[in-house]
Amino acid sequence: MRPALRVLAPGLLTTIQDLGRPGYQRLGVPVGGALDPVSLRAANALVGNAVDTGALEIAYVGPTLAVDADDVRLSLVGASTTVEILPGENASRATRIETMRSIRLRRGQVVRIGSLSGGAVLYVAVEGGFDIEPELGSQSTYLRGALGGWQGRPLQADDRVPLVRMRASERDDCRYHGLDLKPPARFRVIAGPQSDYFSNGAIARFFDSTYTVCAGSDRMGMRLDGARLDHPCGFNITSDAIAPGSIQVPGNGQPIVLLADRQTTGGYPKIATVISADLPALGRVAIGAKISFEPVSIETAEAARRSMFAEIARLGDKIVPLAGSGDAFAPQLLHHNLVSGVVDALY
Amino acid sequence: MPEYKVLPAGDTGLLVEFGDQVDRRLSNWVLALAARLDELQLDGIVETVPTFRSLMIYYEPLVLSAASLTRHIGALMEGLRGCDEGGRSWQLPVCYDSRVAPDLGDVAARIGLSPAQLIDRHSAVTYHVYMLGFLPGQAYLGDLPSELVLPRRETPRPKIPAGSLAIATGLTSIFPLETPCGWHLIGRSPVPFWQQRPAPCALLAPGDKVVFRPVSLREYEGLAAQAAEGSLKVMPSERWLGAAA
Repeated sequence: MRPALRVLAPGLLTTIQDLGRPGYQRLGVPVGGALDPVSLRAANALVGNAVDTGALEIAYVGPTLAVDADDVRLSLVGASTTVEILPGENASRATRIETMRSIRLRRGQVVRIGSLSGGAVLYVAVEGGFDIEPELGSQSTYLRGALGGWQGRPLQADDRVPLVRMRASERDDCRYHGLDLKPPARFRVIAGPQSDYFSNGAIARFFDSTYTVCAGSDRMGMRLDGARLDHPCGFNITSDAIAPGSIQVPGNGQPIVLLADRQTTGGYPKIATVISADLPALGRVAIGAKISFEPVSIETAEAARRSMFAEIARLGDKIVPLAGSGDAFAPQLLHHNLVSGVVDALY
Repeated sequence: MPEYKVLPAGDTGLLVEFGDQVDRRLSNWVLALAARLDELQLDGIVETVPTFRSLMIYYEPLVLSAASLTRHIGALMEGLRGCDEGGRSWQLPVCYDSRVAPDLGDVAARIGLSPAQLIDRHSAVTYHVYMLGFLPGQAYLGDLPSELVLPRRETPRPKIPAGSLAIATGLTSIFPLETPCGWHLIGRSPVPFWQQRPAPCALLAPGDKVVFRPVSLREYEGLAAQAAEGSLKVMPSERWLGAAA
C-alpha cells in the first residue's frame, strides 16, 4: 500500500498549501497558497524539504492523523497548540510534545493536534512532501474552484493522503530556537490605489483606529470591524485587479484585507495595500485580534521585503538539535533550500 | 499617447489606469499595453492582469524597482496604439429556454420586451471580451444593447449552476462554476468555459469576440451531455479583424 497519512479527524479546515500558483490570474485563477508563507518555509526547512513543498495548513483546530507508512518525519510550525502522540488509534495514553520541532513517527502512531492559540494557522510539513500531482504548477488547494491540493477540498475523515517517502531519513530531529512568529499588532501599508475615493477624514480615521478581526474572515479575506470609512463618491467602482493585501471597503464602510485566495478582480475601492513583508504575519492573525495600520513609502516596503528574505535565508541558523538527541547538528546543510523560490513567490 | 495614471498596489503590484469606466477604447489600450509588455519580456515581471480600464502589473521589486518599471511603462506608452484586432472570433451555443433561464421573463417584463425580443436583442450583438476574473475562466463581455442595461439584483442568489448566462449593468457573462451571484440569469451554455483536466485552460481570452447562437433545450441537453463526457469541442470560427473598415 502507498505510504500515507490517514485522517482520523480533519480539524476545522485543513488544506494542502504551498507558495501558490502565480501566472494564471489573467485567466481568473487566484494565486492562493499558504496564508503565512514564512511559517510554511520554516516548517519545510525543519524536515529538509525545498521551501515550496506543499504542507498541511491547519486553521484554528487541528486534525488527528495516523501514520500509514513505515515511518514519517513531520514538523509543526506556527501557532501554539497541544500536540499529542498516541501509540495507536485506540490508545488512551498520550505523550505531549511542543510545536516548532520535527518528530519521527512510526507506523500506526497517531498525532492529535488541538485548538490553536496565539495565531490562526499552523503548518505541518512532511519530509519528502505529499505525493500529489500539482495543478497549474502548484499543490495549493483553491477551495472555491475545487483546484489543487487533496481533491480540491479540505481533508475529511478517512482520507488517506499519499506521501512521497515510505520511511523517514536517518537524520536527527531538531527544533527552532529564537524564531518569533508572534504576529504584530501594527501593519505597514502603502496608500492607494484608490485612496482618492475616500475623504481625508476617512483616511485619517483608518490610520488612527484599531480594527478587530471578525468572524467570517477566511482564506479569501480578513473582515475588520472598527471605524467606518465613508466614500463620498460611492463604493461601486468599475472592477479592476486585486493585489495581495489590498484593503477594500464595501458599502458598509468596514474594510476587508484580501488574502491568499482573493478573487483576481473586484469592484470596491481600495484604500491601501499591506506591504509584502508584512503579509505573512497578517496571514497568521486570528479572529478576535486587534490590529492597526500605518502608512509607509514604497522604498520602505522594498527594504522590508529585502530584510524578510534575508531573515528567511538565515532560518537555518535558528535550527538546533532537540535536547538529548545524538550528534551535533549541522544547520548550514539547510541553507541551499531556504532561498530557492524567493523570486517566484510570496503572496 | 493615451492618458494614464500609474498607481501603487502595494510593493509588488503597479496599476496602470487609463480611466474609470467600462469602455472599449480603454480596453483596447489596456490590451495593447499588456501585449507590448509581454513582448518586452522584462526581468522581474511576474504576471499582468488586464481589466476593463486598467492593467495590473505584478512584479518582483527586488529585481525590478517600482521606479524602473514606471520608466519602462512610460517608454511603452510612446506610440502605443489601442487596436481592436488580434482576438479570436467565437460563435457559442446558448439556451434561453425559461427552464434554464429563471430571470428571462422578469427581465423582459421590466424592460418592456417580450422574452423572444429579449433573446433576439441579446443574441444579435458581437460582444468584446473585456477581461477574465472573479472565477477561473469567467469572461466579462460587452456591451449590451442599452435597453438591456439593468442594475444587479437587490438580493444575490446564494448559488447558481455552472454555465449560467447572466446580465447586469452593461455586461453579460457566463459563470463557469457554481457560485453565489447577483446577476440576472437569462440562459445557460453547455460550453466548458473553464476546463480543469487534463490541462487547465480558459476558453476565452481578453480581446476575443463572441456571438451567442440560441439553441433549443433539447439541443442544449445534447451538447451538455457531450461536454460532461469531454467530447464537446468548441473552436473559434475565425480571426477577428476588427470592425468593418
